[in-house]
Amino acid sequence: MITEVATATFDQLPLDCGVILSPVEVAYETYGTLNAAKNNAILATHAFSGDAHAAGEGGWWDSMIGPGKAFDTDRYFVICSNILAGCRGTTGPGSINPATGCPWAMAFPTVSISDMVRLQKMLIDHLGIPRLVAVAGGSMGGMQALEWAVAYPESVAAALPIACTARHSAQQIAFNEVGRQAIMADPDWNDGNYYQSHPPARGLSVARMVGHITYMSDESMREKFGRRLRSPDQFEVESYLQYRGSKFVDRFDANSYIYITRAMDTFDLTERGALASLFERVKTRFLVISFTSDWLYPSYQSLEIVSALRSRNCDVAYCNLESHYGHDAFLLEADEQTELVRGFLASTHA
Amino acid sequence: MLELYGRSDYAIIGELIEPSTRVLDLGCGEGELLAWLKENKRVDGRGVEMTGPSVQKAIARGVSVYQGDLESALDDYPDGAFDYAILSQTLQETRNPLHVLRGMLRIASRAIVAFPNFGHWRVRAAHLWSGRAPQTKLFPYDWYDSPNIHFLTVLDFEALTQQEKWRVERRIFLSRNRQIKLMPNLMAEVAVFLVTR
Repeated sequence: MITEVATATFDQLPLDCGVILSPVEVAYETYGTLNAAKNNAILATHAFSGDAHAAGEGGWWDSMIGPGKAFDTDRYFVICSNILAGCRGTTGPGSINPATGCPWAMAFPTVSISDMVRLQKMLIDHLGIPRLVAVAGGSMGGMQALEWAVAYPESVAAALPIACTARHSAQQIAFNEVGRQAIMADPDWNDGNYYQSHPPARGLSVARMVGHITYMSDESMREKFGRRLRSPDQFEVESYLQYRGSKFVDRFDANSYIYITRAMDTFDLTERGALASLFERVKTRFLVISFTSDWLYPSYQSLEIVSALRSRNCDVAYCNLESHYGHDAFLLEADEQTELVRGFLASTHA
Repeated sequence: MLELYGRSDYAIIGELIEPSTRVLDLGCGEGELLAWLKENKRVDGRGVEMTGPSVQKAIARGVSVYQGDLESALDDYPDGAFDYAILSQTLQETRNPLHVLRGMLRIASRAIVAFPNFGHWRVRAAHLWSGRAPQTKLFPYDWYDSPNIHFLTVLDFEALTQQEKWRVERRIFLSRNRQIKLMPNLMAEVAVFLVTR
């Protein structure tokens, strides 16, 4: 499947923090064909380090999106856009601030998950789609799916929040803070002003290493690395994490790391009222999936969402899938998720 | 007697449910009954099931099933959320059957309860002649690995409905997948009750 990134530009985007961001570019890819009635569109929302390239070679959810796959592109028109504050084509701290002609860096306004979703809604409107069949994503992508159902209940027939939460726990905030501090402790970070010199590669790479630990499980790490040595003085797991860290530096902006993790940490649907009351007028159907070994986004967080939905008698299916991959399961357990997603989508109509 | 997925209690329940209603199936297994009701009676159906692989199959069928324990799951639903709450062949496995039944009648205006009748003559005979915990086709388990923890008979259930002042709208008794009328407490293998508050 050949894919191409497109860009849409909007004059302005009002943010939750009060700032109006102007202009805003959003990078997106689409797969499949939008039908004449424009009622076969699905938005895939990417996780923290993902981008618009969801399907095709190297796509973050290529196992799930494509012809005959869970999100069947022979049937559905699948859209994926890079999130606001990202660094893969959508406006973020690395973009040029029109007022100064320099990169925004830490002068970029604070963004929230709901800002990201607002921008996605503008893109969907721009594409002329009145109502999505579904919004689906894992981890932070799942938070966006939840936000969609709460913010635009009329515009989305189904939401698939996978391995996610309605609000970060202290533990989740803690891990993100370690990542941010690692970046800020790198002298190359220079208060975020590194675009003309060297990015804080060491800090960003350490942040990513911590991230990768939280994405795996004790069991999957034992299976993948055990105590095997890469060289006489280096364990396999050390080498793996360092490799992952250094690869990440090539494709990710450290300031985006800071902005996006903050957006995840401050996301709290319950701030707007009890979770159950938020779902009061929600007609969206839900498929909530968690994974047994996911300790970063444990099942109880999915159950909190599901309980609230059930207390409002919303249409919700929930499954705690058996997996030993930890949080990464939402990217790796394609077969089991495919079975669920396919059946769920087949009974959903935009 | 018509069978649905090889289960005569499903066929009976399928008949009892009015079209275009809201139905909750507790312990819905792989969602066969709900899928059938959705297809044939256009019901808005939900299910609760504990076993992961069954939940997966049910969701793959397009049925909205919640993976969890049915006894605690009941408490989450608001009053009167459903027209029917179904509990098929599971009552005898619940820890607190009365809590379950009361919960069903809180969240639904009607409860459909199907259970194996412990008063059936074969059970009585097995117990009487062997002197051991009865084992029959209906209760095939050894005492130590039986999921059944609360045995009840047709009479027991009738007595409970009187005690709780529930109204029995329909009672259907099955033996070898045929409906029977006479001496149900002795002759029925499975009893299906449609109960309202």
